[in-house]
Amino acid sequence: MQKIIESSGISKKFGNTQALKDISFDVSEGEIFGFIGPDGAGKTTLFRIIATLLIPDEGKMEVLGLDSVSGFRELRKNIGYMPGRFSLYQDLSVEENLNFYATVFGTTVKENYDLISDIYSHIEPFRKRLAGKLSGGMKQKLALSCALIHKPGLLILDEPTTGVDAVSRAEFWGILRKLRQHNITIIVSTPYMDEAMKCDRVALIQEGYILSINQPEKIREGFSRKLFSIKAPEKYKLINALRSYPGTVTAYPFGDSVHVTFTDDKFNDSIYDYLGKMGISNVVISESRAGIEDRFLELMEKGTKA
Amino acid sequence: MKKFGNFVANDNLNFEVYEGEIFGFLGANGAGKTTAIRILSGLSESTSGEVIVAGYNAKKQPEQIKKNIGYMCQKFSLYADLTVKENIMLYGGIYGMRKALIRERTDILLNKLNFREYGDRFISDLPLGLKQKLAFSVAVMHEPKIVFLDEPTGGVDPITRRQFWEMIYETAARDITVFVTTHYMDEAEYCDRISIMSEGKIVALDTPVELKKQYDAESVEEVFVKIARPGNTPHPTPISSRGEGE
Repeated sequence: MQKIIESSGISKKFGNTQALKDISFDVSEGEIFGFIGPDGAGKTTLFRIIATLLIPDEGKMEVLGLDSVSGFRELRKNIGYMPGRFSLYQDLSVEENLNFYATVFGTTVKENYDLISDIYSHIEPFRKRLAGKLSGGMKQKLALSCALIHKPGLLILDEPTTGVDAVSRAEFWGILRKLRQHNITIIVSTPYMDEAMKCDRVALIQEGYILSINQPEKIREGFSRKLFSIKAPEKYKLINALRSYPGTVTAYPFGDSVHVTFTDDKFNDSIYDYLGKMGISNVVISESRAGIEDRFLELMEKGTKA
Repeated sequence: MKKFGNFVANDNLNFEVYEGEIFGFLGANGAGKTTAIRILSGLSESTSGEVIVAGYNAKKQPEQIKKNIGYMCQKFSLYADLTVKENIMLYGGIYGMRKALIRERTDILLNKLNFREYGDRFISDLPLGLKQKLAFSVAVMHEPKIVFLDEPTGGVDPITRRQFWEMIYETAARDITVFVTTHYMDEAEYCDRISIMSEGKIVALDTPVELKKQYDAESVEEVFVKIARPGNTPHPTPISSRGEGE
């Protein structure tokens, strides 16, 4: 399949801060590719390089067959970029924003309407309203419509779901999956680990490094130990007790339980006695399946130890 | 048990939060969470109803409430152009703490966070995760009865997020009530009880385990998507199974 992005050895520094270090990955046509990582991991810097808005210090970035530095003019016509913060003119109406973006890219709303109709139909009843007066969910839909109106070959979405409630997030991912039918390649960044499962492939990114790239299912499977989920009514006591238990490797709170790994990948009944002595009763232990976040934690730990 | 809040807004918002409880306050964007927090913290007045926080009446004793609560939000909590120590001094002063006590608590706080070396650094030079942990510590340094956390963990890495929740557990274990909003639905599962707000009303309030049972869901996220915005879901939950307000 055709490669839409080929990144090799991209590095970028701001002053003394190494924002990106040796970033290599590729994205194939029609993929939804996710960058998952916390604030400050380098997601936005990377996306700005892909969008031709920043020049990397080192490495080569090829997008849609063009070099992102020398071919920026041609490339800009063919990408749709939805930055994290600003992309709409607050004092223009919904309709005016959309027309503006269409005109800038030398097209008309009519020409590509079928591509955005699914998304735009939700906000079309408010087409005379100023963008600044829209709710968060509607702004997001308008921004996406504007990024798509010139039928780009690559859609770049920088944290489209940050600060958005779970209902709107679910809706938004539904929209992205539908866009795939139009054969649009999408790269998307998010700090929400659970959204990784909705991508075809993801890169886990932390402090400018890529920790792992794979299909989300494969990333989960990469978890190197047996994972146990331990519950007890007094969670705080339980976490501390588990940390002090000699056989424990890691113990992290996960919702109503604690995810624990043991040195020999199993536990014996002595742990119940141990916890009992610490005053913790009603302990329930079960084997658990590692999620993306478990793996992310494991990779982060290895990173800090290395 | 001690009652911390009995909060009735004009759309009949009723709930109680207990001492030492970790209470998750969830809702879709625009559901009214921020308004509710502003009323609870004595920053704005409810049009009707009665609000009791930390034993004080929000209408008659808003200043008493302010002395007995802590507050932290993701967007702004610490002054970026002041150092770590200066921020602690400033907040200690605002909370009306004596200088000697502030100094004593500053030491404890910096030690606990392994922050010694950061004392004279500017806030703007700290990584996000450290900032958030510091902001939380400052919000409880005067030992309030209740602390309000408005999306405290947005954007932080998974290890820091967990360290943050352990700080919340530790705080609750000291009988300080923790009132927290979040968009991370998996975080809601860390709470003792959660409420879900929709259009100014509380549509669900219970322990995460109970809510999952009630809505036949595997996660709080599923519960949330089912009920947080009934108008937007293709198959709205019947009214009969939605009414959970007390």
